[in-house]
Amino acid sequence: MKTLKDVQVGETVTVAKLHGEGPVKRRIMDMGLTKGTKVYVRKVAPLGDPMELTVRNYELSVRKADAEMIEVE
Amino acid sequence: MAIKIALAGNPNCGKTTLFNSLTGSNQYVGNWPGVTVEKKEGKLKGHDDVVIQDLPGIYSLSPYTLEEVVARGYLVNEKPDAILNIIDGTNIERNLYLTTQLIELGIPVVMAVNMIDLVRKNGDKIDLKKLSNELGCEAVEISALKNEGSEKAAELAVAAAKKGKAGELPHVFTGSVEHAIAHIEESIQGKVDGRFLRWYAVKLFERDDKVQAELNLNKELLDHIDAHITDCEKEMDDDAESIITNQRYAYINGVVDKAVKKKPRTENLTVSDKVDQFVTNRILALPIFALIMWLMYAIAMGTSVADGGIGIGTFATDWTNDVLFGEIVPNALGGLLESIGVAGWLYGLIMDGIVAGVGAVLGFVPQMLVLFFLLSILEDVGYMARVAFIMDRIFRRFGLSGKSFIPILVGTGCGVPGVMASRTIENERDRRMTIMTTCFIPCGAKMPIIGLIAGALFGGSSWVATSAYFIGFAAIIISGIILKKTKLFAGDPAPFVMELPAYHVPAWGNVLRATWERGWSFIKRAGTVILAATIILWFLQGFGFENGAFTMVEDQDNSILAIVASAISWIFIPQGFGNWRATVASISGLIAKENVVGTFGVLYHYADELSDNGDEIWPEVAASFTALSAYSFMIFNLLCAPCFAAMGAIKREMNNGKWTAIAIGYMCLFAYCASLVVYQIGGLITGEVSFNIFTIVAIAIIAFTIYLLFRPNKYEGVNEVSFDSKKAVASK
Repeated sequence: MKTLKDVQVGETVTVAKLHGEGPVKRRIMDMGLTKGTKVYVRKVAPLGDPMELTVRNYELSVRKADAEMIEVE
Repeated sequence: MAIKIALAGNPNCGKTTLFNSLTGSNQYVGNWPGVTVEKKEGKLKGHDDVVIQDLPGIYSLSPYTLEEVVARGYLVNEKPDAILNIIDGTNIERNLYLTTQLIELGIPVVMAVNMIDLVRKNGDKIDLKKLSNELGCEAVEISALKNEGSEKAAELAVAAAKKGKAGELPHVFTGSVEHAIAHIEESIQGKVDGRFLRWYAVKLFERDDKVQAELNLNKELLDHIDAHITDCEKEMDDDAESIITNQRYAYINGVVDKAVKKKPRTENLTVSDKVDQFVTNRILALPIFALIMWLMYAIAMGTSVADGGIGIGTFATDWTNDVLFGEIVPNALGGLLESIGVAGWLYGLIMDGIVAGVGAVLGFVPQMLVLFFLLSILEDVGYMARVAFIMDRIFRRFGLSGKSFIPILVGTGCGVPGVMASRTIENERDRRMTIMTTCFIPCGAKMPIIGLIAGALFGGSSWVATSAYFIGFAAIIISGIILKKTKLFAGDPAPFVMELPAYHVPAWGNVLRATWERGWSFIKRAGTVILAATIILWFLQGFGFENGAFTMVEDQDNSILAIVASAISWIFIPQGFGNWRATVASISGLIAKENVVGTFGVLYHYADELSDNGDEIWPEVAASFTALSAYSFMIFNLLCAPCFAAMGAIKREMNNGKWTAIAIGYMCLFAYCASLVVYQIGGLITGEVSFNIFTIVAIAIIAFTIYLLFRPNKYEGVNEVSFDSKKAVASK
């Protein structure tokens, strides 16, 4: 299973499934990271975490721990 | 009756700009009851009977973040007559997601598609008519920044409010979900306000526990509803909450396909992208961050322009303290009072109590304004979100936000603006934690205390000051780790799923307004508390029993404060400074920390004004302290309750009496324990103190602290926002 955490900077992937539950999952989905959405991994913060994504035409930052909940293909 | 219009939209969608242009100077700024979320309302320009309520910027009406709970609490309980929903046209998909939830409330909605100038510049086209038809509510294009279409949007909202009828709801969800929702609607009919029926049904489908608790349905009904939900979940192989969210976005995709024509991008990078590539560059980000922070600090808190620095803030504050409240006001008022021959005590009350008290408060204001001006620019430009992005990794370990860096940095200059700078932190828990710990850092006014102790007992050694900063940082880190595991701060740090808004040129109107609002709220709210406390302390210090009568004392040794201090100074015996002078000095530090040194001067009967570090009284201080007890005294004064001004700022920002008391109580307790441990354990090592009962206490404190630091966090994963929206709105 490949998660968003493992995606290299500069790659574009598609969200396959969201794992986990509760507020974090809901928040991730509220921000538009739903099944089938294209995600471009833009960069990683200077200290290695969090990461910056382009989703639905805007920039979003998520922690790697949370990115691990997002299965991609 | 006044028409109420709620202004709702995502963060960074230009809501503040629109609100300002619609209401002008006719605003009331406060907090939502009991929480640290800001609340603004104002009258629509030219319409005295229309009240506009600015809701917190939100992405969704989920029950998880405080802002969302506040916003939906207002919408459901206060029932505004219309919602003006601002939509960032450049980011339409995510903005419409909130719209699909707002229209379910059964309140008339008007969509104002903002930043239309940018949309046009990008070559995109939004078909308002189609958008309006699809979502069943009117749509209008505006550019809040250029003041284009704002009035029309407001007029449409007023018209919608007068009509009082919500539009036809679109079919957002698929057949089986709509079917289940219809069943839920049927079973709760009559139990909720008719127009909110759809909203409650969808929330029940999502298994929103706040709504479940509010409706208090019987078990039979709940089971019936649950059966329908479970059927859907099985059919779609997903949980109900996810089904709803997925389908909303799927529906929006369809709407956007029909109503928005996007011009294919010729160049890949916008200006904002290019700026961002540079500013949050893997290598350059930290140096740039350091440079911006240094500039901000140097301009607001650094060496005054009068002394060759670039510190505009310091210059303005020095002038207010030394010239305005040091010479101009006292001279003018003093002359006046003398000429009309007021009694000595009244003269003292006005000059030393009120003028000095007001001066102590207002002296902070110019510096604060400069600092808030700079912070507002950073916020408005979009850099603040990047600060959180860059610093998150370090600070989240201590239960703080990446943005906590700024309050702490500012706190090295002055705790008052430091505490108030915490307002840029979105998450309530991070914000409270930051407010509680910012004052541990030695501020400018604590420097004279350090100077006095270092000079009198350590031969002026610079390690005293260095160690003070080290202790301050250690106190923040230890407190962060300990507090985040307590019930108070139960749960994980908030989900850090944060939008990084596009950079843009600051809207100067917003910046100036935000600057003034923060300064004014300090003057107004904190001013009263600080002033009262200062006058009381002035009275205790200036009055007492002399020659057998209650009078204004010549000799401070006879003041009420000295009597009280003598009675309670035993409290500090375990810290090694259980003498009344040290106690009086510590208490007088509550007015302003630099007073500690001045008070020693008075108590040792030094007649003239002391220099900053009090070198005139070093011999006396050296005689009444040992090196260790002096150091312990210093630690206590650095960490304990800050000055009244900072406590006022804490109260203002916490917006909650209980939390203010917890914060100040925690600081005092921490200071008491830290200085006790230093004196007892240090004394045991140097041979100054023999093994006694307090040695055991000190060891117990250390052991307990280690336990608190390393115990597992049993609240991990509990991430509920405990906030009763109904109560809060009702108690308004």
